Parts: sequence; structure tokens; C-alpha cells
Amino acid sequence: MSSRSLYRKIVDAHTVSVLDEQHVLLFCDLHLMNEYTSPQAFAGLRAAGRSVAMPGQNLATVSHIIPTHAVSPRVIREPASSLQARNLAANCERHGIALFDTNDPLQGIEHVIAPEHGMIRPGMVVMCGDSHTTTYGALGALGFGIGTSEVEHVLATQTLVYRRAQEMRVRVDGSLPQGTTAKDLILMIISRIGAQGARGFVVEFCGDAILALSVEARFTLCNMAVEAGARGALIAPDETAVSYVLARAPDIDSAAACAHWMQLRSDHDASFDREYSFDASSLAPQVSWGTSPDQTIPIDGLTPGSVGHPDAGTARALDYCGLSPGMSLQGLPVQIVFIGSCTNGRIEDLRAAAAVIRGRRVAHGVRALVVPGSGAVQKQAEDEGLARVFVEAGFEWRRPGCSMCLAMNDDLAEPGERCASTTNRNFEGRQGRGAITHLMSPAMAAAAAVTGRIVDVRTLEVLP
Amino acid sequence: MSGTRTIEGIAAVIDIDNLDTDQIMPKQFLRGIDKSGLDKGLLWDLRFDGAGSPRPDFVLNRPEWAQTRILIGGANFGCGSSREHAVWGLQQFGIGAVIAPGFGEIFQSNAVNNGLLALALAPQEVRALVAEAARSSAPLRVSVDLGDLTVRTPESCFAFHLAARHRQMLQEGIDMIGATLKLQQEIAAFAERHWAARPWLRDVGRRVRQRLDQTGAAATNDEIIARSER
Ligand code: SF4
Repeated sequence: MSSRSLYRKIVDAHTVSVLDEQHVLLFCDLHLMNEYTSPQAFAGLRAAGRSVAMPGQNLATVSHIIPTHAVSPRVIREPASSLQARNLAANCERHGIALFDTNDPLQGIEHVIAPEHGMIRPGMVVMCGDSHTTTYGALGALGFGIGTSEVEHVLATQTLVYRRAQEMRVRVDGSLPQGTTAKDLILMIISRIGAQGARGFVVEFCGDAILALSVEARFTLCNMAVEAGARGALIAPDETAVSYVLARAPDIDSAAACAHWMQLRSDHDASFDREYSFDASSLAPQVSWGTSPDQTIPIDGLTPGSVGHPDAGTARALDYCGLSPGMSLQGLPVQIVFIGSCTNGRIEDLRAAAAVIRGRRVAHGVRALVVPGSGAVQKQAEDEGLARVFVEAGFEWRRPGCSMCLAMNDDLAEPGERCASTTNRNFEGRQGRGAITHLMSPAMAAAAAVTGRIVDVRTLEVLP
Repeated sequence: MSGTRTIEGIAAVIDIDNLDTDQIMPKQFLRGIDKSGLDKGLLWDLRFDGAGSPRPDFVLNRPEWAQTRILIGGANFGCGSSREHAVWGLQQFGIGAVIAPGFGEIFQSNAVNNGLLALALAPQEVRALVAEAARSSAPLRVSVDLGDLTVRTPESCFAFHLAARHRQMLQEGIDMIGATLKLQQEIAAFAERHWAARPWLRDVGRRVRQRLDQTGAAATNDEIIARSER
């Protein structure tokens, strides 16, 4: 057989049948669901008198609508949202699908709980009615978001009519400088290749800088690949990835699995439709200035448009964000700081933020929230004493959920409020109508919380 | 959509690049368990001001555009969130086709699956349509022919590409699940082979949930983490 990429190997291994030149019927190993993109799929199934083909390959969680206040038990007060949660539970019950319900101690964001309990395994195909399913590429699993019609198709058949993607390889060599993270790296890459730079492509990340990342950092990287339009992201599984999975999946026969997983890499002469190469060593902390994730600059950079007039899109984004061309973001006051989401709501993210906050206080007039990505992350952070660090500094220590990442629950920024956020999307209105989002790393968000401004975390003195 | 050959009518220009699905259908309209009432939420922040009053200058609020059938959008239309509500809302509003230089991947699949035509033209062709619309005082009328795959306006005619499968879905509205279910036996046989070689993938969702239930969720998770940090 001619040489193949990792992507192609995974697709081939899941091809039930080739439908035409572009499309295959692709088998789905794990299908994840949430409360707001699945109801119409279950309803469609029911209306057609169909059943769920393979319930054991499915899983659901309540994540987007859930309130995150620190009260027990958690009650969803908004009637329509409450109905969505009950509806999800009823659908799972009816079809025998595993669920992490509202008051489950392990409930959380779908992309946080699935890997942390060993559900994501190298070489898998994972689908979910959520665009950030690309996260699982961190473990060498092909994950991608699907719409509700496709959710129904997967429920009914455990397969998807899938159009093969083009292939891109992004190599990152060098090592990440002090004060920078995978978040800064992916923001930089998106700013270089653009919000549609990887549209139609599955991106394989490789290079020394990638292999040096922890699995959690790889999640952050692959999670945001979709913000460059990617249909998937992949990192070939190595030692690091495999030990992460095995530690969480005691049921696996590790010898057989490892033999299999170690073949999951692109052949050395595999060809890619497009290739990029970056050097990590010159990376600075990144902050988004606009309303699309590619509108991002290094913390010591200036907003665009200083020479001549900004184009219409740039002007519109600057105007929405209350900024002008050619200005620095440093020193810009923030009213809200949000630490959480499937991009940066894991334990390492909370540790990084806590390290900056320890011994400091949230600046006057700033509302700062930490929303752990899952019940397990919450518990671990409490056990490690991180929760106390946040609370003593004046942060709100919340329960897990998506929260202000998309503000579908009651966590919302007000019009004109500027938010330093560890999330993935700075879209207009995403965190609340008229709210302004600046995407950044957890450490940078923590620095914004304690200074009340967007600052370069590298300039903060390390407290003993 | 059955038997559709042409989509024809008034076109409105929304010349914004990266118009994401959060903007097309904001979060407050995603609370349903059915598909109803989404026309109301379409492009909410662009159509209405903070107090909920229509913005009179926004194209879709102008009386001459009340019958808009076609949107002409910017690059990467429908990027971002996978929410199919964006497509349902466009259709409920009366939109049959969106013409843009390119679309978010999931949006495009969602459009195909619902019979909304997401029609990609070259950037300069879309710019020509935008310019033509700007020149004419009355709303631009556009006609999309699914037979010969052309877009026509009073001044121009552009050819576009549509995969055979998608054209069939638009014109006949095929039941994709029904078609796949005809391959049920093949799927089952595939799964058995797949799991024989990779036993760790069979029932992965259910089995992990059972393990967590059996061992006591909270305690197990601590162990999991302790193990992984060794
Ligand atoms: S945390 Fe944000 S991006 Fe992730 S699943 Fe939730 S809403 Fe989507």
C-alpha cells in the first residue's frame, strides 16, 4: 500500500463502505452528546420509529445550560433549560445511553470528562454535536463536530456519511519560552494562518515543541484548531499520550493496545496538501484584540491598521471592542476575568493560574470566576488547595460547566464589559450582548485579575 | 424541497466576514427541544438593538427586503459553533440559499442535510454581486438554477459547483438515514471485525460509565489522577 498519513490510516480503519469519490460511510467509536444539540435528533429518531443502533458507543452530559453557583443540589431554574436537561435524561434512559447528569459528581464539559476517564483512546473516531470535538486529536483520536441531523444519523446507524478532508501538517520546533503555553501557541498559529486557514483540512501537529507538551496542553492546542476552520486535529500518539490513556483505562489489555497504537503515525513519506512550520522559541504571550480568534497579537504588539486605514472587517472589530488602530493592549482595564472552558478548564490550567494569584488579590472592581471543567477537576483542585488560593484572592470558585464560555446559563457579561477569558471564541456577543472578550492563557488571565488590566504575565514578580 | 429546480427571489447582502453561527442564532434561542420559533432569533443582534427594537437601517428590516429569499454573505459564513439551529432559523425566515465565498464546514453539512443551499462562488464573483446590489436602488433579484448550476442576476451569470450527492439531496430531499440503514448488516459485520482487533473499543461509553459507578465515582477519580501523575 502506498504511504499514508495518520489521518488517512484512521479514516481507512473506520470505513465501512466507500460511497463515492469523496464520501465514505465512517464508523463512529464514540458519540458524545449534550443537552442542546441532541433533542431534535432524538425526536427525529422517534418520529421515524427508529432506535439507537449501538447505545454502548454513546455518552451524554449536561454541560452548556447548567448553573455553576456553588450550591447543592444544583437546580436549573430557567424552565426551558430545565426541560432540556430532563429531556436528555429521559432520552438516555429510554435508549440505554450512559449519562453524566446535572448532579452527578463527575458531571462536566463533554470534552473534559471524556478523556479524563479514559474514554478517548488513540486511533478512535469520536463525533459530537459540538465543534470542539477536535480536542481528542491530542490522544491521536480523530474527533470532529457534527450537526443535529448528523447526530440523528449516528444514533440510528453508528456511522456518518463523511466527506474526506484535505491534509495539512503543522510542524512546531524549538521550545516554548517561560511564560508561554499551548494556548499562546495555538492563538499565534491561528493568527498566522487565519480563521479559515485550515478550513477543509485535518491538521496534524508535529515537531519538538508539540512532543514536549503535556497531554493537557495538547488538548488546548487541538481544541482550538477548529478556530482556524480545521475539520480535525491530530498528534501521533507517543509515550506521553499512551501513559495518559492507560492510567485512566484500567480495563485495557495494554500490550495489545500499545502494539496497535504505536503504528498510529504518518508514514515518513506521506504527503500533505499543505504544510506550515513555526518556531516556538520566539513565542510571546498572545491576546486576541478583535471578534474572531485570528485577530490576535503578541502582548507586546499593536492592534492592526496603524499604517493607512484598517479594512472594513478590522474597523468593525476594533469598533466593537472599543479599540483604535495601532494601539497596545497592555494596560487596558478589564471588568471580568473568566478561567475555565474545554480549552483551559483542566487541572494544569488551574495550577498555572493559581501560581500567579497566590499571595495576591483580585483587583478592585474586577469580577473573577473560576469554573473547573469537570467535577473531577473541581475535586482535585480542592484537594490540592488551589480552590483556597482562588477564594482567598477574591475569585468566585464555581461548579463545573461551560458557563461564560458561551453564556448559555446565567453567567453573562454586561454590554461594554471587557473580559479576560481563557475560552476559545471572542465572537461578537458570545459572552453576552456587547461584551468584549480577550482570549488568553490561564496565567495571563490570572495576571489580568490581580492587576485589573491586560498585562504581560512575564513582568509580574514571582511571589514567594 | 422536493423537485426544486430554481431558487429565485430578493437577495440581501450581509457583507461581514466570519459571520459565525453565534451571531446567526444566539444562545438564548437554543433552549428548545424542538426546531420551532427560530426565525425570531435569526441574526438577532444585527436585527435588533439592545432594547429589542428593530434597527431600521439593517437590510432585513427594510420593507423592500421583507421577502428576502437569498443571502449574500462574506468569507467563512457560518463558522464556529456546530448549532444546526442557525440553518433551521435561516430556513424558517424564508431563506433558501446563501451565497458566499466559503462556509464553515459544519454549517455547510448542516445546510446540505436540511436542503438549504450553501452556494460557494469565487471571492471576486461575490464582490461583483455585492457591487451590483449596491448600485441598484431596488433590491437585487437573484435566480439560482439547480439544473444547469448557475446564479443569475440582471447583470451577471456565474456557474457554481455542487457535488452530485448534494444536488440530489437538494432536489429530492433523500432520506440519508434510510439509505444508510440499508447497509445495516454491513455495519454490524464491520463493527464485529473492528472490535475483534480492538476489543477496548466495544461498548466504550457504557463500560467506562459502569466502572465509574462500581468503584465509587469520587474515590476512583482520585486514584485515576494519582496513577496518571506517577
Ligand atoms: S466550554 Fe465552551 S467551547 Fe467548550 S463545549 Fe462548552 S461552550 Fe463549547
